[in-house]
Amino acid sequence: MKLRPLPASRLFWTGAAAFAVAMLLPLYASGYVLGLLTVAYYTAVFAMSWDLLFGFAGEVNFGPTFLIGVGAYTAGILDARLSPGISIYLCILAGAAAAVVAGVALALPALRVSGPYFGLTTLVAVLMLQNFIIVAADLTGGEIGLAVPDVITIDASANYWIAFCFMTVSGAILFGLSRSPIGLILQASGQDKVQAGALGFNVTKHKLVAFIVSAFFSGLAGALMVFYMGTASVGSFVDISVGVQIIIAAVLGGRRTVIGAAMGAVFLIGMGELLRPLGELATLIVSVIALCVILYFPDGFVGMLRGGARA
Amino acid sequence: MTQGMSAPILEVTNLTKRYGGLVAVKNLSFSIAPGEILGLIGPNGSGKSTAMKSIMGVERPSAGSIKLDGVELAGLPSHQIARKGVGLVFQHSRPLARQTVLENIKVALLPDKLTHLFADKDTDGKARAIAARVGLAGVLDRKPATLAFADLRRLELAKAVARHPKLVLVDEPFAGLTASEVADFSQLIREFRVEGRAVLLVDHNVKSVSALVDRVLAMYLGEWIAEGAAADVMRDETVRRVYLGGALVSTARAESLFSDRTPVLQVENVGVCYGKARALQDVSLHVHEGEFVSLVGLNGAGKTTLFNAISGLMAYSGEIKWAGRPLRPGSPAQIARSGIVQCPETRELFGEMSVRENLDLGGNALGGEECARQLNWLFDLFPILKARQSQMARTLSGGEQQMLAIARALMMKPKLLILDEPTLGLAPVILETLSRALDRLRETTKITLLLGEQNVTFALPHADRVYVLDHARIVWEGPPDRFEAEAAANYL
Repeated sequence: MKLRPLPASRLFWTGAAAFAVAMLLPLYASGYVLGLLTVAYYTAVFAMSWDLLFGFAGEVNFGPTFLIGVGAYTAGILDARLSPGISIYLCILAGAAAAVVAGVALALPALRVSGPYFGLTTLVAVLMLQNFIIVAADLTGGEIGLAVPDVITIDASANYWIAFCFMTVSGAILFGLSRSPIGLILQASGQDKVQAGALGFNVTKHKLVAFIVSAFFSGLAGALMVFYMGTASVGSFVDISVGVQIIIAAVLGGRRTVIGAAMGAVFLIGMGELLRPLGELATLIVSVIALCVILYFPDGFVGMLRGGARA
Repeated sequence: MTQGMSAPILEVTNLTKRYGGLVAVKNLSFSIAPGEILGLIGPNGSGKSTAMKSIMGVERPSAGSIKLDGVELAGLPSHQIARKGVGLVFQHSRPLARQTVLENIKVALLPDKLTHLFADKDTDGKARAIAARVGLAGVLDRKPATLAFADLRRLELAKAVARHPKLVLVDEPFAGLTASEVADFSQLIREFRVEGRAVLLVDHNVKSVSALVDRVLAMYLGEWIAEGAAADVMRDETVRRVYLGGALVSTARAESLFSDRTPVLQVENVGVCYGKARALQDVSLHVHEGEFVSLVGLNGAGKTTLFNAISGLMAYSGEIKWAGRPLRPGSPAQIARSGIVQCPETRELFGEMSVRENLDLGGNALGGEECARQLNWLFDLFPILKARQSQMARTLSGGEQQMLAIARALMMKPKLLILDEPTLGLAPVILETLSRALDRLRETTKITLLLGEQNVTFALPHADRVYVLDHARIVWEGPPDRFEAEAAANYL
């Protein structure tokens, strides 16, 4: 027990070093690297939002891309239809709001069922959204994708800073929430909902709030990413494989840590890019690494930094 | 002790809980006064836990009324019932593993509010006071995983009292605790009485709670059967019949009749721990070749654990010998092939396969002709299975499933058959069929039987010798006809 401060500080120093590198990067790195990290930071927010639901509320949401997709497409469609009569910041906020509304509409029925059925419900929601986007091609751009007339900025460095600050602020809020009394009640509900109920906690209410918070940040991140990329497509925002990547990132980084999810996302996207010269092999290598970490370090990167052993 | 004069704080009237066609609790009525401790007892499946869960709102009552201080609780969700003043001390729980003991107690002190982003300043002091009260002061900064079993139970108690419940429900308060820990917990529960809280203790038998309770209510098959002072309930005819069965016609064969000098199965000083809970402690018993031995014990006494240890499914300390040789380190499959076959409590039938296929799988190791002979013999023993051959196993009735499970075990031609709670949940008429089958096995074959039962009525008539297992230890051994005189008090 006495040894705990040391690994904990190792985690702290690793975080501080990563933060410092991230601050200095725009001075040295190429626009290409910055662009890659911009996407990685938005993905980090997706993964952190997902961890709030899975790690704390104990609900496996197989459909993170449902929330992201609704946010991204709402923002994108508003801009495509109304530009230049509408501020893109309004579009972004509308995207986040739409994700929350869609999230509540999904969570209310889904939280009535428990265990694997919640996950399946969320999975079906993704498929429904995906099909809707393809069918309503007039509105959404369908399989070709939606071209958005405006972007926030075309400066790589500015985009990088926006994504970085957004990730930092979202991470701080989500982390703070996870450590607050609400986070504790969520964890208790996730682990043993019968007992949480017997202690006087309204389990459904708390899980619904977790879903709303998760939906808000997912939708906001999705909307911001649309105005970074200038397009929205099913393949980059909604497809199941995108969701799987987010889930792997969160688990890889360390369940129930919030911060770990961000680390996992940056790692996944970074590795994928580093290994790109290997072609198809790259995906395989990244998958094998992810598998090994999940099998041998169930607490993920954060668990490794804490010293491997479980508390 | 009983404050019979004061108005009851909890009034349960005609509580009924149905699961589909099964009536788990039927028209149960009782009340508890402030400062009174009521023991709700009954054997496994009697509905006592369901009654407790219905009061907490974990299960929704099908009918009836549950009033706390005159306020109707029936139908409310459990978090609202908790806020109205009911607390439940869980037997099994999953505390927050990454948080310390102190933080776990603080969680119980948090309000159910979403606006509450920071804990109140006095939460820490309150949590520490509760910890000191239940005896956790020394382990405040430890994680639950490092706690001793009794301390985990103390943590449950701490969480339940954090909300100052007017009514405390305690599920099996003393399960897995040592004698000195039982004394500590009894004292903590007595403090509830002093503070004027009403307490409902749910347990298997009168004995375990008799020192603590003001009154006992006994249940059987979902219904009220007796109520009163512990001593009176223990003397009650119906209670004695439920726990001990009626007059016994014993056909036991004396142990001296068995010719083998060394018993075929010797269990010597066996101990098993589940994490921190001690499931078996220094258990020794023996079975002679051809002998029928019953191991009697209530749910949770450790019967299944012992059988699993014999079958090689579980690590244990001590020694288990079969035909004079240690069974360890044989794998479960090797042990089964050596002639020890367990028919588990859960039956473990292949539900999606036919009766015949289940039996054929049991006789897999036998040659074709031998298999057919064994099958004929079993169809003779359980004629109903012959008629049901092509039916899927999961569509059989409970009794037929039990017969199939026994028949499948017998297809393996065991030398020792371990039968774990064959009567669980079965109607009396089925028990007679099983009884006759066991009698035939005893009279016409050389098979050795080790029968685990909590149903004494079923266990005694088939036994040459009886062991009583209580809280992980063997507490009595003897012939069945001496059971009522010597061991019954232990069992009630």
